[in-house]
Amino acid sequence: MALLEVENLKIEARKDDGTPIPIVKGVSFEVKAGEVVALIGESGSGKTTISLASLAYTKPGLEFCGGEVRLHGEDLLTMEPLKQRDLRGQKVAYLAQSAAATFNPAITIGEQVTESAVLHGILTQEEATKRAEELYVALELPDPDRLGSRYPHQVSGGQLQRLMAAMALVGKPDLLVLDEPTTALDVTTQIEVLKAFKKVIREQGSAAIYVTHDLAVVAQIADHIVVLYSGEVQEQGPVDQIINNPSHDYTRRLMAAVRPTPTAGMSDDDDHGHGRAEAAIAARGITAGYGGIVDGEPAITILRDINVEVERGDVVGVIGESGCGKSTLARVMAGLLPSARGEIVLNGKTLEPALEDRDRDELRQVQFVFQMADTALNPRQYIGDILGRPVEFYLGLKGEDKRRRVLELLDMVELPPAFADRYPAELSGGQKQRINLARALAGNPEVLLCDEVTSALDSIVGANVIKLLTNLRNKTGVSFVFISHDLSTVGSFADKIVVLYAGRVVEQGPTDQVLSPPYHPYTRLLITSVPELRVGWLEDTMKTREAAAGIARGVEITAVGCPFFNRCPIAIPGTCQLETPPVRMHGDGHEIACHHSLDEVEHSEAETQKVLHGYEKAIVDDDSAIKA
Amino acid sequence: MQAMVFRRILIGFATLWVVSIIVYFGLSVLPGDAAAIQLGQAATEESLAALRAQLGLDRPAYVRYFEWLGNMSTGDLGISNAGGATIASLIGFRLGNTLELGGIVAVISVPLSVFLGLAAAMYPGTWLDRALTFGTMSLVAVPEFLIATFLVLIFAVKLKWMPSIAYMSGGETFWEWVHALAMPILVLVVVVSAQMIRMTRAGILNVMNSPYIEMAILKGVPRKRIILRHALFNAIGPIINVIALNLAYLVSGVVIVETIFAYSGLAKLMIDGVQTRDFPLVQACAMIFCGTYVVLLLIADIAAIMSNPRLRNPK
Repeated sequence: MALLEVENLKIEARKDDGTPIPIVKGVSFEVKAGEVVALIGESGSGKTTISLASLAYTKPGLEFCGGEVRLHGEDLLTMEPLKQRDLRGQKVAYLAQSAAATFNPAITIGEQVTESAVLHGILTQEEATKRAEELYVALELPDPDRLGSRYPHQVSGGQLQRLMAAMALVGKPDLLVLDEPTTALDVTTQIEVLKAFKKVIREQGSAAIYVTHDLAVVAQIADHIVVLYSGEVQEQGPVDQIINNPSHDYTRRLMAAVRPTPTAGMSDDDDHGHGRAEAAIAARGITAGYGGIVDGEPAITILRDINVEVERGDVVGVIGESGCGKSTLARVMAGLLPSARGEIVLNGKTLEPALEDRDRDELRQVQFVFQMADTALNPRQYIGDILGRPVEFYLGLKGEDKRRRVLELLDMVELPPAFADRYPAELSGGQKQRINLARALAGNPEVLLCDEVTSALDSIVGANVIKLLTNLRNKTGVSFVFISHDLSTVGSFADKIVVLYAGRVVEQGPTDQVLSPPYHPYTRLLITSVPELRVGWLEDTMKTREAAAGIARGVEITAVGCPFFNRCPIAIPGTCQLETPPVRMHGDGHEIACHHSLDEVEHSEAETQKVLHGYEKAIVDDDSAIKA
Repeated sequence: MQAMVFRRILIGFATLWVVSIIVYFGLSVLPGDAAAIQLGQAATEESLAALRAQLGLDRPAYVRYFEWLGNMSTGDLGISNAGGATIASLIGFRLGNTLELGGIVAVISVPLSVFLGLAAAMYPGTWLDRALTFGTMSLVAVPEFLIATFLVLIFAVKLKWMPSIAYMSGGETFWEWVHALAMPILVLVVVVSAQMIRMTRAGILNVMNSPYIEMAILKGVPRKRIILRHALFNAIGPIINVIALNLAYLVSGVVIVETIFAYSGLAKLMIDGVQTRDFPLVQACAMIFCGTYVVLLLIADIAAIMSNPRLRNPK
């Protein structure tokens, strides 16, 4: 008998008038002891709802209306509520997508981690605390004996995600339910968390349900895959079979939307007739941060001496981990955050640092597209009004002309005219993001600053938005600053890539050159951290020096030296942390800020490739060659 | 965090200072000064001038203001215009009465309201929740003199359980005292609890939609603990603020209840002061009321800061 058997599970929501809307339509699958089963599908496929059923829980507004969910042969759905409560956290434990939201801000980490086990009487408080500390060590969390007395806001996002694993594992559950536990993380953090999960699941011998839309992640961690679409199972089978030999159409579509590994030549770099013209917008020597400014130094410096040029009609991708200053750069360009030093130049004209000092036409030319369309669009306004407002403000159009422009905008983002009379809540996530784009395009801007516009979207929907952006660029000649932590998305359509680390540009240049050797050591860490759709990728990657040296440590913003020093596998002690690295030019407009000469950097790259392919002996030879 | 608390305290003092200006100069624009009032109809130009000189009223207003402010801050509340008694002696006994009544009401209503608010939030949509929501909404909407009159009608006139006025001669036993005060206490508890119950309920329910509450449910945490440990701590800021506002009201805003029950409290003294144009008395009372608000809201603000771990334990 399998540990968990889900049989013909049906879950419905109810409309206001009482008519049922089926959400889960007769799903069956099972989880054997010690096995990781992945539920994959895009948002709306019912994967989270199904996974929560194994805790006998539905979100408010949903109800079970058929089928069985049996744990150890006992049906959970018909159990009395008190026994259901006993089961949660004890036999089945849940890990949510956003640890930052799932930890109670007012309670210490230790209490939250041990709470469930102590309440259920599995462990005493002392035993639970001790076990939690063992788990902190197993999950490679820093400072395990003092971690418990800290509050959630005092640790990083990646650490919280692992702490949630500790919270789930303290009570030694038979089944773990992991709901998109790495989706919100940077690639480098994702590897670390995946590795910790995999190790802990193996060591504890518990089974797991892993909910995600990311096939590449699934390939690393699952034994068995269930592909869901619209509340129904499309296909299920062992991981090798589904990844290498998908039989269902929908699975193939999911595979096609998987972000490709970033490599040179992936962007359609045909010349769209813009040549080497003057920059549409440029940041020159920008230093910016928060707090009072004294002598051109803010109290907390985020960006330091940034030089970035965006040519007309170009897409410039800005990448880096969270906290590296990507959004701050966009905010400085938009004037939302006046810089402490340096200047922003638009079409050869220096802009005032602060938004309120720029004139209306300057404002019109630089537009911001925010990450969360949900919060950026006023829920009480019609789409027509949301788009009409900037049309009137920037272009001075009224009445019929305004309406015509609004419909034109909707057409530009490939939405039907009828959408003008709808509210944002009536639109899907991808459609809302299109409206968000249309709003920014309303005044015919020169530059669009896109801040993680596809990060909150599913892979398929996100890919469509990227396609739209490419079309818009070709049609309108707008320049894009495209901020993302996702290197493969950026690599697929940017003309130029800027790699930020701890508030500094470590590498920038044409996409093809940035994505091919020589790499800055940090760029290489980013590239090797993007999961590949290949079983065993995680293990291979963890063997590389980059992973070993670079992943576990936090980002430090430093005033002197190279900020990447403490994570760099080829750092030169005594030099790198003290002296600002020189900017080395490689070919046309490709800059790398590193103390190593580009030959040395490239050499170390060759070495990594060998490790990746398992030529361990060759490295030894190489190493001696370096010494000699 | 210390810096934040310190800033709040400074803002508190600044507020009091601004209030003192308004109170002092606000009253001085009213027609007729202390000398005119004292002499009444019999005033001649000469006698008025003489009395003004004697009272120091011929000096510029700002000089008198700073003198008054200085006296106030050292605890010297001045001399009453009517009768010449010190204001401290007039206020002392009334303030005691007010604090006594307010204190008892607070001790009963605060725990009661928080308890009922939590109970309503714990079982939303049940008959208990509906009854409390409906009841408190009605009580918030009905003016307090109506509630007072209504309760007097029931308990004093019809049932004859309690006296309709809260008269005290001094030297009562504890039970006589409770008996005498029962009606105003009852009315005030009803009036102030309604708002606090609603706010507690709303604050908790607002937090109950958070992902961390769902997580607690999925960890198998019992509902009682979810409310008391997980939700209450995150909702405490607004709840404390409403409590503070209601406590301040118990000191300054109860004039109607004091009048109805003929209870000699501070608010009633102030109204009497207005009627007899006893400006020093009115000014002193106004400053005490404002001070109460400022201090209670300051405490609420500091409590809210202390209850927020982000502010208590910076990174």
